[in-house]
Order: sequence, then structure tokens, then C-alpha cells
Amino acid sequence: MDILIFAETDDKGNFKKDAFEIASYAYQISSQTGGNVKAICFNSKIPEKLSDYGVKKIINSENDELKNFDAGIYSDCISDVFKSENCSMLVLSSSSNSKYIGGILSVKIDAGYVTNIISIPVKDNNLVVVRNTFTNKAFETVEITKSNSILAVSKNSFGLKENPTKTEISDFNFNISERRNKVSSIEKTSNKVTIADADIVVSGGRGLKGPENWYLIENLAEVLGAATACSKPVSDLGWRPHSEHVGQTGKPVSSNLYIAIGISGAIQHLAGVNSSKVKVVINTDPDAPFFKAADYGIVGDAFDVVPNLIDKLKEFKSVND
Amino acid sequence: MKILVCISHVPDTTSKINFSENNTVFDKTGVQFVINPNDEFGLTRAIWFKEKNNAVVHVINVGLSDTESTLRKALAIGADKAIRINHNPKDGHSVAKYISNYISNNSYDLIIAGRESIDYNGGMVPGMISAFTDINFIDKCIDLNISGDSVEASREIEGGKENISTKLPLIIGGQKGLVEESDLRIPNMRGIMMARKKELEVVEVNKDYQSTNSKSFEKPLPKGEVTLISADEIDKLIDLLHNEAKAI
Ligand SMILES: Cc1cc2nc3c(=O)[nH]c(=O)nc-3n(C[C@H](O)[C@H](O)[C@H](O)COP(=O)(O)OP(=O)(O)OC[C@H]3O[C@@H](n4cnc5c(N)ncnc54)[C@H](O)[C@@H]3O)c2cc1C
Ligand SMILES: Nc1ncnc2c1ncn2[C@@H]1O[C@H](COP(=O)(O)O)[C@@H](O)[C@H]1O
Repeated sequence: MDILIFAETDDKGNFKKDAFEIASYAYQISSQTGGNVKAICFNSKIPEKLSDYGVKKIINSENDELKNFDAGIYSDCISDVFKSENCSMLVLSSSSNSKYIGGILSVKIDAGYVTNIISIPVKDNNLVVVRNTFTNKAFETVEITKSNSILAVSKNSFGLKENPTKTEISDFNFNISERRNKVSSIEKTSNKVTIADADIVVSGGRGLKGPENWYLIENLAEVLGAATACSKPVSDLGWRPHSEHVGQTGKPVSSNLYIAIGISGAIQHLAGVNSSKVKVVINTDPDAPFFKAADYGIVGDAFDVVPNLIDKLKEFKSVND
Repeated sequence: MKILVCISHVPDTTSKINFSENNTVFDKTGVQFVINPNDEFGLTRAIWFKEKNNAVVHVINVGLSDTESTLRKALAIGADKAIRINHNPKDGHSVAKYISNYISNNSYDLIIAGRESIDYNGGMVPGMISAFTDINFIDKCIDLNISGDSVEASREIEGGKENISTKLPLIIGGQKGLVEESDLRIPNMRGIMMARKKELEVVEVNKDYQSTNSKSFEKPLPKGEVTLISADEIDKLIDLLHNEAKAI
């Protein structure tokens, strides 16, 4: 059984970290079931980088028409490769573009499709995987009853594992159809790290009193190379853009480190950030519910603690980086 | 313009999640159900199209009779007709297939689904419907304007947004941004009375299209105690994050 992964690249043609994570994940499966891991990527500058993570064959199409993401065209290309390479499993990341095409692909290649996966599949007659469900309030064991499968792996649930191997790199002659959705413009809010890509997320709540105090969150995020986020009321009040709202009805966070400052820890907030590995809470109220969900906590005033934390982290970084 | 809004019937966001029958089914005891938040934004956008552009709005759910209260709520908010596909939804694939079959028999110009449901969290139904019906698709849609059959829309991308032009018929995976929180409507008495008289069509199905099968659920282990650090021992926090948690 061969496994195909869709290895995503950024605007500059570099692989996203997710690409290496799903390669590591697919390699682990192939080492148990036999078969090879193959990858499809578009306009990658250094496709051979995937060979560090066990990918045996890389199909890299360099084509200007594939430069900008298009769900219809990308899913056509991926399904063509999936079929011609005789694969029976496709592994995707949980980036928004991969989620955009996952459902379409499952119909095109007639596959059982499971998202938010946090385990390596087990073969028990059918393929069985564990996934996050009820917005991280529970895990679900799911069986795939079709012979083809698409597994979308939850971010940071597996990590990177190097398995250097010999790789063959080839091209593919795609029949590219016309774009049905025309992109007229792209507006980037900033060049900062996005919540989806970030290893560390620094998040502020109503405890920060007002937008004028967000320099605390931004400065802390800058020292850590982190993305900034906020609770729902903060974005509803217009203190921060909606794109920063995290939680059950906002963006999910599955970073390695989540630092919550002046956030009480309501159930809807926790649901969206529970799958972050390590959680730090800074709050004046020792009874704030967030302390029950945290790994490390400081009971204190953000206006004293955060500036101090920024200074100490700068010292730490100057020694350790 | 004819609009179909897909409505997922989900536990209220404050619900405690429990399972019964040996952890194989979601325990509905004491759980309040609501319109999936992403669908509520989409429904409100649809009602705006009705008020400003004379659109006709239908809502659809794949579910058993207990979801009718949620469909009635959508009717009370302003939808014209509700459709319930009488089937216990077991996976995204079958839900998408039933809704696609309904769309093939009853044409719509615009189909609004949510980017993701807050119970199953599949994030898959709208994409599957677009592939089954071969219509244009915009996921994570945060702005939608239509004139004639021309569509100007935006979708959220990592670190920004993308502005898109396309044509009807179209399906979107919608979310906040289509309308804002403050635009959401609570059904009033008149709406509730009118909803009782509106049509709720029940469609029977006999074929099954499942491609995945839920076997069991598990709740996360209770979290260990938090390690509290005094506000004047910041160095200790940094040390723990570096050496113990290996997070920085
Ligand atoms: C349907 C629904 C969906 C929702 N979805 C979400 C969601 O997705 N995400 C989300 O976040 N919320 C969501 N909510 C809202 C949620 O219930 C809470 O209201 C919200 O998370 C509270 O935000 P907060 O912690 O910033 O504010 P508050 O609850 O007001 O908490 C502020 C905290 O700051 C602390 N504080 C005050 N001063 C300081 C100081 N100087 N230093 C340090 N700490 C201080 C206080 O002790 C308090 O704990 C949802 C609600 C509903 C009804
Ligand atoms: N049982 C259902 N009936 C109607 N629509 C549904 C159902 N399940 C999911 N949907 C729609 O599909 C969207 C995405 O759901 P999901 O793929 O489960 O995350 C939801 O926001 C709804 O709009």
C-alpha cells in the first residue's frame, strides 16, 4: 500500500512545517504496513528536503498556473497523482487549505475521510483511528469502511521524526482546467506569525482592560516569536481583529505553548485551546477556572507580571539563542 | 434567488459532554441543542438576502425528529420552509450525499453550510456537497455579495483574506464575518407563531452512504494540578518552561 502526502509550500516555495509532520506520520504508517510514502507538492524550491522524513518519491510540479492555491485545480492534480501512483491512503495536514480540499478529494477518489486525527491508524479488518471531537472535549475512535482513505492529521499531535532516505524526484504533466473562482486580491493583515502556524501563542482577555494595553501581548509575543490571540469578548468589543478570536466558536489552537493573560477560562474558551500542549495562565483571581486547565500559573496582575516576564525572557534568549 | 441553508443541530457550547451505552453514543440527557454557530451566521446572511433581494430561504437538516425544534427555530428567525431528511447522521459523507441528492431534485442558486460543526468538527460536509453536485465552492467564507449570478466574496486565509469573484450556483462553508455576532436574531413571538404554519417537509431515505463508522468515545483524562509560581519568581517559570516543559 503506497501513501500519498500533500506537502504544502509557502509563497516562497519552502515547505511548511506541517509538510514534515505529515511525512513523518506517513512514514511511521508505511514502516508498519509496507509500501512507500510519496509526496505531491507544487512549486517547491527544495523538494528533496522531504527525503529527510522518509519520502521515497516526490512529484513536484513547477508551473505558474499552480502558483496560487485553487481548491478545484489542486484537488484535480492530487487525485490524478493518487490514482496514477496506485495509492490507497492520502495524508493531509489540518491547514485551512488542506481542509478546503479534503472533502472534495474524498469524493474524487472515493475515500473514507477523517479529520483531526491524533493517532497512527491501526489495522483491524478496517483502518481505525482516534480523532478529536466535540471541540476537544472528547476523543472518538473511528473506523474507515472504504478501501481508500484520507487522513487529516491534527497539528502538533505527532511531531517531526527524521528518517533520511533515497528519493526520486519527478514532474507530472497535469491537465489544468480553468479556474472557477478568480482571486481578485489578497489582503495580508500582517507579516507576523499566524495562529495556525505558530508553535507559541500569546493570548489576552478582558483582564487587559483595553486595546491600548495590547503592547504587553505584542511585546511578549515578539520575544517568543509567537502569534497573538484573544478571547471572544475582546474581538467582539473591537479591541482586536476577529481573526484573533480563539475558542469553540473561533479558531482552534493546537500550539506547543499557550499563554493566557487576563482570560477567565470559560468552557467555550477552553474547548478551543485544550489541545495545546503546555498552558500558562496569568490572572489576578486565584479562583479563575483557567487555573484548573493550566500546567503553570501565576496569580498576579498582568501589568506587573508581563513586563517583568518580557525582560527576563530577553535575558534568557540572549543567553540561549 | 433560492437559498438552501444546511443546519446542524448541536449541543449548546456550555454542555458537558458525556457518553452512554458503553461510551458508544453521545448522551443527550439534560443537553440543550442549538443551531450550530457557523450555520447561524449563514442563516442570518440568508435572511438578509431575503429581506433585501427577495430571496427564498429553505433550511435543511439530516436528523431524527428531535432536530425539528432547531428547524422550527430557523423558521422563526425567518426561513420560509424546512426540510428534514429522516436519518440519524452517522458521518459527514452520508450527510453530504443526502443533501446533494435533495439539491439535485430541487435546484438552488446558493447553498450555505458552516465551515465546521461544533459537535462532530468534521469540516467536510460543504466540500463534499460541492464535489457531489459539481458546483463552485468557497470555504471559510467571511463576506458574500451577489448581484445577478455574479458573486464577490472573501475567504479567510492564514494571515489575511482573499477576495474572490465567482458565479452562482455556489456553495459556501460559512463562519463569523458573513454577519457579526450583534446581527444574530433571537426569534420573536410573531416569528414563533408564523413558524408553526410554515412547511416542514420530511424526506424518507433508505440507502446508506456511510464511509466511516464511529466505534467509541473517550473523555480526556482529568488534568494534573497546576504548578503555581509566585509573581516574583519569573525566573522559575522560565526555567520550568525551558527544562521541564521544553516549550521554549
Ligand atoms: C455561544 C457562545 C460561544 C462562545 N465562544 C467563545 C469562544 O470561542 N472563545 C472565547 O474566548 N469565549 C467564547 N465565549 C465567551 C465565554 O463564555 C466567556 O465570556 C469569555 O471567554 C470570557 O472572556 P475573558 O476571559 O476575556 O473575560 P472575563 O471572563 O471577563 O475574564 C477576565 C479575566 O481577567 C482577569 N483579570 C482582571 N484584571 C486582571 C489583571 N490586571 N491581570 C490579570 N488578570 C486580570 C479576571 O480575574 C478574569 O478572570 C462564548 C460564549 C457563548 C455564549
Ligand atoms: N446533520 C446535518 N444536517 C444538515 N447539515 C449538516 C449536518 N451536519 C453537518 N451539516 C452542515 O455541514 C457543516 C459542516 O459540518 P461538519 O462537516 O460536520 O463539520 C455544518 O456547519 C452544517 O452546515
